[in-house]
Amino acid sequence: MTVTSVPRIVTARFEHPDSYELDRYLATGGYTALRRALSMNPEDVAAEVDRASLLGRGGAGFPAGRKWSMLRPSPVRYLVINGDESEPATFKDHQLIERDPHQIIEGTLITAYAIGATQAFIYVRGEFALGIERMTAALNEAYRYGAVGPDIFGSGFSIDVVIHPGAGAYICGDETGLLESLEGKRGFPRIKPPYYPAVYGLYHEPTVVNNVETMSNVPWIILNGGAAFAALGEGASTGTRLFALSGHVRRPGAYEVEMAKTTFRDLVEHPDLGGGVRNGRKVKAFIPGGASSPWFGPDKLDLALSQEGVQANGSMLGSGSVVIMDDTTCMVRAAWRIVRFFQRESCGQCTPCREGSGWLEKIMRRIEAGAGREEDLDLLLDVCDNISPELVWPPQQTTICPLGPSIPPPIYSSLRMFRDEFLVHIKEGGCPYG
Amino acid sequence: MPRLTPANVARARETISLYPHPRSALIPLCHLAQEQDGWLTPDAMEHIAELLELTPAQVLGVASFYDMLHTEPVGRHLVAVCTNIACLLSGGEELLEHAERSLGVSVGGTTADGEFTLEDSECIAFCEEAPCLQVNSRFFGNVDAARFDQLVEDLRAGRLADSVPRHGTLSRVRRDGGLKVPAERVAAERAEADAARARRKAAAEQEAGR
Repeated sequence: MTVTSVPRIVTARFEHPDSYELDRYLATGGYTALRRALSMNPEDVAAEVDRASLLGRGGAGFPAGRKWSMLRPSPVRYLVINGDESEPATFKDHQLIERDPHQIIEGTLITAYAIGATQAFIYVRGEFALGIERMTAALNEAYRYGAVGPDIFGSGFSIDVVIHPGAGAYICGDETGLLESLEGKRGFPRIKPPYYPAVYGLYHEPTVVNNVETMSNVPWIILNGGAAFAALGEGASTGTRLFALSGHVRRPGAYEVEMAKTTFRDLVEHPDLGGGVRNGRKVKAFIPGGASSPWFGPDKLDLALSQEGVQANGSMLGSGSVVIMDDTTCMVRAAWRIVRFFQRESCGQCTPCREGSGWLEKIMRRIEAGAGREEDLDLLLDVCDNISPELVWPPQQTTICPLGPSIPPPIYSSLRMFRDEFLVHIKEGGCPYG
Repeated sequence: MPRLTPANVARARETISLYPHPRSALIPLCHLAQEQDGWLTPDAMEHIAELLELTPAQVLGVASFYDMLHTEPVGRHLVAVCTNIACLLSGGEELLEHAERSLGVSVGGTTADGEFTLEDSECIAFCEEAPCLQVNSRFFGNVDAARFDQLVEDLRAGRLADSVPRHGTLSRVRRDGGLKVPAERVAAERAEADAARARRKAAAEQEAGR
């Protein structure tokens, strides 16, 4: 099988126990991409990344090159790296932060050069204590090595980078919520328009916000060329991607595979990847792209890991998290737990999300507890419809940020696919799975 | 109630100097105060407000938004058991129930000796080792009942003091000093780079027009 024979772009150093230290980084080609980029014109660096068609790896999948080109001209420009990974069952950035912090720093520096940023911030989720320690140590090493700070490698390009810790709030993963948080405020996502931080970002200045995995791809692209990256994958889904596989599989983990050329089934069943469903059981349903994504049944396992392909099938690759649920799973409980997450993490700015998430959580909980009524099923969909009208994909939105429309998918997915299971809970007055 | 110590005020001032606007240091300073006292005391919040030229209410208003900032005392060890989807599928709920029995407190509670506070946490991005938990933001994976009890015993006996610092200590690695590049230098370099870019663009257009 060729599934595991593609180049490893972001996880190449993971095999080394000291992958996070400067010596290992330099011994494995580290900071040569930065040297090369600094010898090029900034616009040529940006063009190389544009040629790669690198899609943002945070969740929205917006092309990184295009994001960079949207920057409003200004003497002050900021680059902010989003390492606030908090989407349930997503743990790929966590690994990149702990195991290859220099790669993120190098990608950040190259990007800062390409866009002419005047300062860069790497926002790391507060709960990643070890990650913050590793990133800080790596940044200290990079400063001493001359890769950050004044006149980097004698190129005449200077920039400072700051590691900024979060403090526990899912909503700060939203780019405008993250900017508010970085400004020392509550992480309330900003009202749009203006839509893009490239126009109105950190301290109102033009800002690029990129994900940690997106940055991790940049050094490889500079060294190997955007065309080599674009040769991997298919269509808009180029390169490799790090997928976080969890749930009822034998070998949960983060696996880097080629986009579009690998299927969900490969990811779940390949002996070097998921290794199959645990205890020889069968897939009942799976979540293809983070807690916000509509679920798929086993009939969709042969779908390729392609952003546009999954979108065309009514869901998304989203945050790169795949959760496998076997035939022993109570779908009501699984959906309820995800809804409870959104209810706890709603920032409270918008009524449909703040109130809707609370009601949905209560109704789901009472069905799971055996106190549900048959009319609750329509009520659930009605409340969902108030948050995200017509429950279509991609979702429509009545709220400032995408958290609101992320709440209905687990509910309508479980309800459409497993309505019988809801009815059994209601008729038998309890959960058949105990 | 303690304010920040002189050493921590010096660290706070250095942190503030990293940002174009002082207020950006608010969360890092809250972490610093929490490291000093184990939680975010009213006096520390007042002191942070003074340092950032904000009101104490503004500091509390922000701190209360974030799960990791504790404006009430918590135990020396904050045990956060994940029960989100990946852990739910692998026994996270059962682990939390065991934790409640084992520690003798319910979720949100602190043991009488002040050693442990128990939380049910949202996903902590360690699903490859579900069910998992954090103690003071340090990860423990594939935790079953026996492993949990052993962990609690080790923490109580101080055997994990090296890997799990007291609650509030986020990073034991400090940044080496402040910013290294003067803002004026960056501004001059960027202006020059923009001018060069404009020259290249004009030259390319002239070339294309010829």
